[in-house]
Amino acid sequence: MEIPKQLRYTKEHEWARIDEDGTALIGVTEYAVEELGDVVFLELPEVGDEVSQGATFGTVESVKAVAELYAPLTGEVTERNEDLLEAPETLNEGPYEEGWLIRISIDNADEVDELMSADEYQAYLETLD
Amino acid sequence: MSDFPGTTGLILEEPILFDLPGDPDAGLDPADVPEDLAEVPLRQAPLGLPNVAEYRVVRHYTRISQYNYGIESGLFPLGSCTMKHNPRVNELLAALDGFAWLHPEAPEQWSQGALQVAVELNEALQAITGMQDFTLLPAAGAHGEFTGLCLISAYYEARGELDRRRKILIPETAHGTNPASAALAGFEVVNLPPQRGAVLQPDEILPYLDDSVACLMLTNPNTLGVFESHIEAIAERLHELDAFLYCDGANLNAIMGKARPGDFGVDVIHLNLHKTMSTPHGGGGPGCGPVGVSERLVDFLPGPRPVRQGDGFSWATPAQAIEPVKQFYGHFGMFVRALAYIRRLGGEGLRRASERAVLNANYLRARLADTFELPFDDPSLHEVVFSDKRQKMHGVSALDIAKGLIDRGFHPPTIYFPLVVSGALMIEPTESEDQATLDQFVAAMIDIAEQAASGGADALHDAPTRSFRGRLDEATAARKPILRWTPADE
Repeated sequence: MEIPKQLRYTKEHEWARIDEDGTALIGVTEYAVEELGDVVFLELPEVGDEVSQGATFGTVESVKAVAELYAPLTGEVTERNEDLLEAPETLNEGPYEEGWLIRISIDNADEVDELMSADEYQAYLETLD
Repeated sequence: MSDFPGTTGLILEEPILFDLPGDPDAGLDPADVPEDLAEVPLRQAPLGLPNVAEYRVVRHYTRISQYNYGIESGLFPLGSCTMKHNPRVNELLAALDGFAWLHPEAPEQWSQGALQVAVELNEALQAITGMQDFTLLPAAGAHGEFTGLCLISAYYEARGELDRRRKILIPETAHGTNPASAALAGFEVVNLPPQRGAVLQPDEILPYLDDSVACLMLTNPNTLGVFESHIEAIAERLHELDAFLYCDGANLNAIMGKARPGDFGVDVIHLNLHKTMSTPHGGGGPGCGPVGVSERLVDFLPGPRPVRQGDGFSWATPAQAIEPVKQFYGHFGMFVRALAYIRRLGGEGLRRASERAVLNANYLRARLADTFELPFDDPSLHEVVFSDKRQKMHGVSALDIAKGLIDRGFHPPTIYFPLVVSGALMIEPTESEDQATLDQFVAAMIDIAEQAASGGADALHDAPTRSFRGRLDEATAARKPILRWTPADE
């Protein structure tokens, strides 16, 4: 299972890519997508909405279940993946690339330290069933 | 596979009525409407209704009905749904002219029998659950949840506490409708984190308890089919804060005559009469979700309510009643069915119905536990939850197992629910099923597991192959649903 080294992770299986301009790209991991199965619908916040670390910011619905999306970091939504809303199956095809969900400005860089590294996330996955 | 009831049959393709070729001999007679109606704006083009002869319409619906599979056809082990046998005497009584043709606004003196049915059903439900009183108005389970939460809201509003009583605690094993109802009733949903075991422990809710909590919603027996054995202590913690314990009573069919929610501290409970007390459901048929309450909430029950008055019956609305949640009586036909079921079985019969439901689920559990993974080994009540863990190693998922069952002539169990079990297979056999039927189902399940273990994964991925339609593309159906027929030229 792919767990890109450059990303940071949450226990709820979101990833965050910290970019140099002080924003973060956010998505869900391949593990999450495999557990969910075929994604059929997504609900994402609007540009300008605030999201806060650990709180829900949207939902992802698959043929199996509806799951909440939890924000890895606090900040304001600066962009969202409109193409993904039109074609939710993209999330199954590339959760780390074209399946990204939103971009946010990072309010508090210290929060990044609370996220898991790829190795830590890998170890965490091994503790799950 | 010849030992299983599944087979192929002569089931015919059938277009929808609008796509049937028009029959020139069928149709309506020319209009005999007087000419002077020409002043009225009239439709300029024909309406485009199907023009089909009666015999063809009959065939149409007969053919479509053959696509169906129900509890009337065979085992329907859909967990969390309680597909009951529906005794025919219920239908006979619900169809009596005096019930079926009674106008809902008929004066009280002509409605005594109907009012009596509602009052006696209410009293029977009180006896079965130990709750103080009921409203029979809600149209189904989720509507009952919403009504129950509105009662809690009204209670706090009357005490001037509604501004601070914002939170409703929801454990992981809850039915999905619980958080939806809580949000709809204007509360803030607090999802409790994953719990240690199959049942909720009092110390797991303590960090969340303060005077901003309005209630905790707990399903008992829960969605793993396990009795919440700490529910009384949990109720005490909530009551100390003047908060409420809401019990989702969808699984009451497992505990009738054994345990009463009113006795284990429940303040609000909705029942699903269409599950627990029989009545055909599952195809969008009528539901009925009566809400029972403890003393604190009785004054807020919605009206108008059928009540005893002297030797007879009448309508009454309590002074503090919340707004009506449904017109007239509610789903009255279901009152008759439920009361008939309760009276026909009696207290002893209801207890035996619960015992049989629990016995059947545990029989399946015992027979299948060597073959399928049992993620929680707590005692099962009316349903048992396996996972696809052992079959997953061979590339066979819960979905494939479900589809494999169709080829063997069984309706699949619920899959991928509850969410606390990855790859869940949630099996709830009807209490009226005999051992021979359960044995056949067990043999089918084991046959699938053997097929999975002996390199049959690809074949199971293609299942079902013997049904009228093969493996459906669920993802496209959900992503691009066709919700309405449109004419070819549109």
